[in-house]
Amino acid sequence: MKILVAVKRVIDYNVQIRVKADGSGVETENVKMSMNPPDENAVEEALRVKESGKANEVVIVSIGEEKSKETIRTALAMGADRGIFVKSNSNIEPICVAKALKKIVDTEKPDLVFMGKQAIDDDCNQTGQMLSALLGWSQGTFASKIELNENEISITREIDEGLEMLKLKLPSIITCDLRLNEPRYASLPNIMKAKKKPIQDLNIEDLEVDTAPRINFLKVEEPPKREKGIMVNSIEELVSKLKNEAKVI
Amino acid sequence: MQVYKAPIKDYQFLIKDFLNSGSLDSVFENSDLNIDDLSMILEEAAKLCEETLLPINQIGDMEGCSFNQGNVKTPKGFKEAYKKFVENGWQGLTVSKKYGGQQLPYFVNMFLDEMISSSNMSFGLYPGLTSNAIDAIEKSASEEIKNLYLPKLSTGEWSGTMNLTEPQCGTDLGLSKTIAHPQKDGSYKISGTKIFITCGEHDMSENIIHLVLAKTPNAPEGIKGISLFIVPKIIPNSDGSLGKKNSLECGSIEKKMGINASPTCVMHYNEARGWLVGDLHKGMKAMFVMMNGARLMVGVQGLGIAEIAYQSSLHYANERLQGRALNGSKHLDKVADPIIVHPEIRKNLLKVKTLTEGLRGLMVWTGLQVDIANLEKDKFKKQRAEDWVALMTPILKSFSTDVGCEAANIGVQIYGGHGYIKDHGMEQLLRDSRIAPIYEGTNGIQALDLVGRKMPMHTGRLLKSFFHEVKDYLEKNSFNYNLKEYIPHLTKSFGRLQQVTTFLASKGLSNPDEAAGASVDYLKMFSLVAIGYIWTRYAEISYNKLNDDPENFYKAKIASGNYYMTKILPETGSLMASILSGAKYYNDYENKYFDLAFKI
Ligand SMILES: Cc1cc2nc3c(=O)[nH]c(=O)nc-3n(C[C@H](O)[C@H](O)[C@H](O)COP(=O)(O)OP(=O)(O)OC[C@H]3O[C@@H](n4cnc5c(N)ncnc54)[C@H](O)[C@@H]3O)c2cc1C
Repeated sequence: MKILVAVKRVIDYNVQIRVKADGSGVETENVKMSMNPPDENAVEEALRVKESGKANEVVIVSIGEEKSKETIRTALAMGADRGIFVKSNSNIEPICVAKALKKIVDTEKPDLVFMGKQAIDDDCNQTGQMLSALLGWSQGTFASKIELNENEISITREIDEGLEMLKLKLPSIITCDLRLNEPRYASLPNIMKAKKKPIQDLNIEDLEVDTAPRINFLKVEEPPKREKGIMVNSIEELVSKLKNEAKVI
Repeated sequence: MQVYKAPIKDYQFLIKDFLNSGSLDSVFENSDLNIDDLSMILEEAAKLCEETLLPINQIGDMEGCSFNQGNVKTPKGFKEAYKKFVENGWQGLTVSKKYGGQQLPYFVNMFLDEMISSSNMSFGLYPGLTSNAIDAIEKSASEEIKNLYLPKLSTGEWSGTMNLTEPQCGTDLGLSKTIAHPQKDGSYKISGTKIFITCGEHDMSENIIHLVLAKTPNAPEGIKGISLFIVPKIIPNSDGSLGKKNSLECGSIEKKMGINASPTCVMHYNEARGWLVGDLHKGMKAMFVMMNGARLMVGVQGLGIAEIAYQSSLHYANERLQGRALNGSKHLDKVADPIIVHPEIRKNLLKVKTLTEGLRGLMVWTGLQVDIANLEKDKFKKQRAEDWVALMTPILKSFSTDVGCEAANIGVQIYGGHGYIKDHGMEQLLRDSRIAPIYEGTNGIQALDLVGRKMPMHTGRLLKSFFHEVKDYLEKNSFNYNLKEYIPHLTKSFGRLQQVTTFLASKGLSNPDEAAGASVDYLKMFSLVAIGYIWTRYAEISYNKLNDDPENFYKAKIASGNYYMTKILPETGSLMASILSGAKYYNDYENKYFDLAFKI
């Protein structure tokens, strides 16, 4: 069995995001970048499946600017086998990413694709679902537990109502929740080994995917500053304020 | 609150800008490593330190190690952290590939050790002592011993210790009473009691390998009769599997001021089986080949403590609101200004920051020289690197550990009463830092090493490795307009150092007591000048980067350097005055005067 894991390079979750002065986006120059956190869970889960003997290859794919290769290296240093890097500009939309991934799936023919449930930069939460539709494969999103059997995968999903259990036929797309596992650190020997693992270089044009944006970006601005709160003296006052001033009840 | 994030940007500056100017390529030539790999390695190590070691630092201090019938239990979370540390391969960073390590350059380990010491100095002693043992075995032991022990030590499955100290034998190792009786099969039976043995017993590794200094029955008197032995807690079979328990045990552990998560053990050897490491009666030689490394690493502990003390102080200085800035309030929206507005707080922060960053450069530069000395084929270059390391080792061990204590002390002061109580962890840093000037050769002994051994060695050749370099640098840059606020200060202090060196060199011959008495001041003076030289080089690099400096990193470097050159480096003046005033008033002081005030 082969598992393909898609990873994205995003601004590190510790970084305080700054909006560019001209409103054209957020500041990414000289900002610490890392692997999208739920993608780390996806890599970790794929490695665990491999370590349990149920898979024999874990392939990492990333689409983005040249530096995304570093993110692939990180996954290789965690223990994945090889990488595929697709060069494109950084802000391509989920549908384009999904189409590019489909092309990769067509040639790689994995049995499973693991992805993060969403990327913490744009929070789109779309790529996995779109890829599943394009491929006609089953999809299990927001997985917080996975059990893999012969031709079937059981997952537990984190949904608003609680937990949902599903059984899916392979091949399948699984998007991973942060609760799925605790991603490992890359070990020193694996970091050194990762240097020798192959990364295939592709261009998004090679995949014949139309990357023209469908969405028109107008402007990025910071949310308005929260105004100072007030102290109320009684429950009655609170209720009355909520009713008459805030008009929420 | 103990606040710490690995100073990765400073590390990158040191690697890409600073070390890169000094034959980094030649060090990378023989390893499959490049500069970008280093970033990834350091970032992974940083994660482990920040997320695993830092959270158990205060727990380790409060809980401490406990002793029960020869067994030592480490505090909560330490076993798991150790497992993670060794499973991720960090123990083997510099160990040869032959024994399962990664054989990375020595200077890389300094960054790792600094991060560990910042996040959890006590924890760092477990792998730290193992590294010392590996180093001693790798450099002096027979092939057989190396093959049996090194693979398990480099994975951290087994850990190591160094057994030098005995109740009557501290600084003066010639006083050792531990005895080693030769056996027919070539092994020895070791008997005696060692004290203060760091990590002599614990529950983290399946075997503990003790390196023990002892004397054979007819050995020469004093230091010349010392030999080094390897004495495992459990005797390994020839295939590396665990065999019989050796006859040695931990008698107790000390209650102490700091590093409470590291057990300091009394070790009893009762005819324990041991094997000779290196040649008979050449134990001190075997110790010395690993000593430079061990001393530099203790220096790195000082640096690590200084860094976390700085970051924690800075955090508090920005949060704590007290009083108003004298030149007008900075934060009228708040009930008071944050204390970082007050001059004394700013100066203390800058003192720690500039000493730490300057020392870090001197430290890793010296680390790089260790690598060059190991790898360089050119005899002259190799010797220069060796000379530099030998000269700088006592300086770095001692000045860094003093700075560590001072930084922790300043940290407590910046927190005020909140530094003195335990909650914020600042007093822990102060207590932890205090051991570093004591062990691995007290700082006083380091100063004697500098003045008594390193200074006259090869008729001053070691000193030349530093003096000529700085002299050439000053000549080359005397008209460097960028450095106009640096060169005059460095020139002045360097001149003082030269003058005092000549004074002491002549005194050393006529009146050794006087040279010895001046040694601690001299070492401090030397350190300040060496760090001044480093800051000048930082400034030189930074001026050339100002046109591509989006985060003002280089601008800040220059500003920090200005502080160092004008506020800290001038201390060389008072040190010189004190040294030149000579030994008269302490040497001639009557011993009976000391207790006149209270003697009945
Ligand atoms: C927490 C802890 C961990 C330790 N870990 C280890 C370990 O793992 N292995 C090990 O073997 N030891 C260890 N030690 C011992 C440590 O290395 C010694 O304490 C140190 O070498 C000093 O020896 P001493 O305590 O006997 O002091 P002394 O040698 O008695 O020195 C007392 C004072 O006299 C000064 N002095 C001594 N001789 C001279 C001289 N010739 N000239 C000028 N001044 C002098 C010293 O600088 C010091 O200030 C540890 C100690 C502690 C507290």
